Amino acid sequence: MDLLLSNFWAYTIGGLAFGAIYALIALGYTLVYGVLRLINFAHSEVFMWGSFAAVWVLLALGAKGATGLGLVAFLIIGFAAAMAVSAAVALGLEFVAYRPLRKRNSPPLIALISAIGASYVLSEAMGLRDKPFKWFGADDNLADYVGRPREASPLPLDVPTVRLFYIFDYHVSNIDLIVLGSAIVMMVVLDQFVQRSRLGRGIRAVAQDAEAAALMGVNRDRVIRLTFVIGGAMAGAAAMMYLLKIGVTRYNAGFLLGVKAFTAAVLGGIGNLRGALLGGFVLGVAESYGSALFGSNWKDVVAFTLLVVILLFRPTGLLGESLGKARA
Amino acid sequence: MNPVSSFFHGVADRFRALPRWGRLVVLAVVVVLVYFLPILNPPVITTPDSDFGAVLFLCAMYALVAIGLNIVIGYAGLLDLGYIGFFAIGAYTVGVLGSAHAKVPLLLCIPAAMAVTLISGVVLGAPTLRVRGDYLAIVTLGFGEIVRLILVNADKLTNGNRGISGIPTPPSLDLFGVPHLVWDGFVARVDLDNQTRFIKFSVVDSIPYYWLALTLVFFVLFLDWRMQNSRVGRAWEATREDEDAAELMGVPTFRFKLLAFATGAAIGGLSGALFATKQQFINPDNFTILYSVLFVAMVVVGGQGNRWGVVVAAALLTYLPERFRDLSDARFLLFGLALMALAIFRPQGLMPARRNVRAKRADEETEVLEEGAAHA
Amino acid sequence: MPDATKGPAGDSRPDANEPPKDLADEASVTKADEHRGTRVDDDSVLPPDEEAVPDTSVDISVEEVAHLPKGKMLEVDDVTLRFGGVTALDGVSFHINTGEILGLIGPNGAGKTTCFNVMTGVYQPTSGQARFMGEPLGKRQKFQITKLGIARTFQNIRLFHNMTAMENVLVGADAHHSTGMGSALLRLPKHKAEEAEGNDRAYELLRFMGLEKRADELARNLPYGDQRRLEIARALATNPKLLCLDEPAAGFNPAEKARLMELIQTIREQGYTVLLIEHDMKLVMGVTDRIVVLEFGKKIAEGLPAEIQDNPAVIAAYLGVDEDAS
Repeated sequence: MDLLLSNFWAYTIGGLAFGAIYALIALGYTLVYGVLRLINFAHSEVFMWGSFAAVWVLLALGAKGATGLGLVAFLIIGFAAAMAVSAAVALGLEFVAYRPLRKRNSPPLIALISAIGASYVLSEAMGLRDKPFKWFGADDNLADYVGRPREASPLPLDVPTVRLFYIFDYHVSNIDLIVLGSAIVMMVVLDQFVQRSRLGRGIRAVAQDAEAAALMGVNRDRVIRLTFVIGGAMAGAAAMMYLLKIGVTRYNAGFLLGVKAFTAAVLGGIGNLRGALLGGFVLGVAESYGSALFGSNWKDVVAFTLLVVILLFRPTGLLGESLGKARA
Repeated sequence: MNPVSSFFHGVADRFRALPRWGRLVVLAVVVVLVYFLPILNPPVITTPDSDFGAVLFLCAMYALVAIGLNIVIGYAGLLDLGYIGFFAIGAYTVGVLGSAHAKVPLLLCIPAAMAVTLISGVVLGAPTLRVRGDYLAIVTLGFGEIVRLILVNADKLTNGNRGISGIPTPPSLDLFGVPHLVWDGFVARVDLDNQTRFIKFSVVDSIPYYWLALTLVFFVLFLDWRMQNSRVGRAWEATREDEDAAELMGVPTFRFKLLAFATGAAIGGLSGALFATKQQFINPDNFTILYSVLFVAMVVVGGQGNRWGVVVAAALLTYLPERFRDLSDARFLLFGLALMALAIFRPQGLMPARRNVRAKRADEETEVLEEGAAHA
Repeated sequence: MPDATKGPAGDSRPDANEPPKDLADEASVTKADEHRGTRVDDDSVLPPDEEAVPDTSVDISVEEVAHLPKGKMLEVDDVTLRFGGVTALDGVSFHINTGEILGLIGPNGAGKTTCFNVMTGVYQPTSGQARFMGEPLGKRQKFQITKLGIARTFQNIRLFHNMTAMENVLVGADAHHSTGMGSALLRLPKHKAEEAEGNDRAYELLRFMGLEKRADELARNLPYGDQRRLEIARALATNPKLLCLDEPAAGFNPAEKARLMELIQTIREQGYTVLLIEHDMKLVMGVTDRIVVLEFGKKIAEGLPAEIQDNPAVIAAYLGVDEDAS
């Protein structure tokens, strides 16, 4: 208890920063669930591929050691690379794993099985990435990229931690600011997009009643592709933030994070964009406080217990399921 | 119809056509063969890179897991992604009672493990079975992970990451030795130096454990059959089909869902206990959430609701990676590809429940009749 | 499957002393005869357009239902139900007497099904209450209300589609059974007795509805009309004191509708009380003893069919609706 009280703001801000990452990944779950009623189990691997994309692009550009404006440029490039690759992977996932099922109206459990399969494929493909290069003997030149595929790969960027200003007794760092700031910017943009743009209206229409939307001339397949792309891009951004916070990524980094992000989505009310954001922040902060109270080992236990408790008292999540159908 | 399921259903139809004594003879021969599989050690089928008896034990144990999860997913239609949690609780109950904190004999540990998992099933199910199906999936996924984290962190009870060793074996009854067969190409020879003691449980020989697991599989299958062909089984099926309609036809759906969940949990606990006594050493790494996903895959691949299907699928999904160890690096990748292919090309599982096959045949026959009528 | 021919009246072969309803069906009747009392084999698949012939001479009465005291069985007392700002039911009161067929009619959206849902525990009324046999239904759950003796069918067919016709009816019969895990696993006498009783009862009801030849077919493979009849059989299997039928003739042609109405009357003659929802006014005139008319969630009339027919408020409510109703 003392630990939490004496470092209250440190735990709060730290929790919010992690919450922002959860929230961005949760957006992907929530968007897809809203439109397809599908738990996109492989979304966590979309995130993981994004993180590797950032690592590789920055490696290729020799970003290590950059300072000043160069560092800022590399940061932006890292974000762009992660978002682009994640969006592409998400789109590919939709195309290979879900579209064929949709065409035959498979029951949800089958779609989930396909998602689980895709999740294995994506993470194991990353975990076995050295194999094809070994066959062609090109292993040595690419050791930084594909060597030791089951180990952690560091972000090749030196971001010095600069303490910028105080919030009460906590000295906020530049990394906190980058993570929280970019998360909030992206969320606002996305929210406005869905609320105001024509494509966003399409998303909401399909989420509400796919059949009626189709009759009104909304191209459902296009809307679905769009949701995967947006969700993927958000996961990519989250991947870059994760790299900034943690410093390394692995072929299996996505799994636990994905489960937690889904928890965040359910927490806020799945299908509800603002709910996903709220859920992410609540989860991040609760976890952070939990680790202060019970020790960091119990962090994940706190997260899942919170989920169970909230579902008991508010089965539709904190904000309800607004993107989707109204529940009878 | 695909070759796998038509093969199995063809076999089943032939079997049904036999007279009663014929069926008993065939059944007895098959059962004896299955029991003697590790002794016969047949070429091609045997696993060159790992102990065949141990592999067969795993097959039987996972078959037991699949039967339990099939009750939850196949019969009651509840997607449980945290089944490994119950498996782990069963194993750790045996570990804690039998070795870490007391020296309770195994035969008492096993019912205790089942009781503890049953209770944890009720405790988890009572609040969560009221929420929607998708949420149940994620809550159970969380549960599976929480159990593992507690095992890691509750040091005093579970020894944390160091795990528990010295788990008791079942009582042995060392009566006689059964010599193994050794194959030289396709020529068999009895190897008197290599014998399995009947029935002595020890680290050196997995075969008695295989026999134990297999016996449990047959026993639980029998109970499973009795459950399904009763008011209980019908209530599960009706609930899965249309929960509201079932409720309005007088089925207390919540109570039956809880029953399915808890029964499945208890069977998961039994499997976990079996695992613990065979391994004699357990630690939290044995119970990662990936196994939950594997279990679900077994049920879906086997055809939800088809008890023989899930048994075969569990055995195959365990056996194949062991048989083809060369590919073991890539086995999860192949596994993922197989799941996707299955979902896309054979969504009803390799061996769909008999019911669906019957329905399909009825449809076909109706079509034939209709065509006949049209020509007449 | 045990021999299902021993109905309470012991009348096992009713069509022996009664000519088949339609001579063209003779062949299939003989076929049914062969199967009677045995498990219907897979080769019994019928062409879907062959119409099932209800055998209304089968005795489906139940002791506990047939001898209920006369009087008000169900009272709906000033029930109001609001969803958000919408008032679905507004102070509706009526009652059903034991042994009668009450028609609940009204144009589409008048609140008929909502009224059903209040009576069967799907919705809790905002105010007012429903009483069954003098007891308020209160916050009883749906399955408890079924066990009290109210069973229903659905406007949109909601069978257990992947279960056979027989199994569908068995689920209904299980409502008054209590076999649990223990007796099922040990095959205790209770399990055996209840299975036998359930099978007899289910087979009896299938024969009554003319569905015995389809006993082993999956519900989803049944023709539309048979599915409707199977819903009634399933509801009857719960031994209901009150049988609520929600537009049981929806989608039927006039001849089929007329036959179904006859069937409903037979059900009543065997001792059941029936509440019949229908929006086709002409249809209910012939079968019902009394009629309650709803419009926009309010009761606008109640009385004998003849009175309702001439009631100006009812005529006004139905003006222009009659066309779609047929």
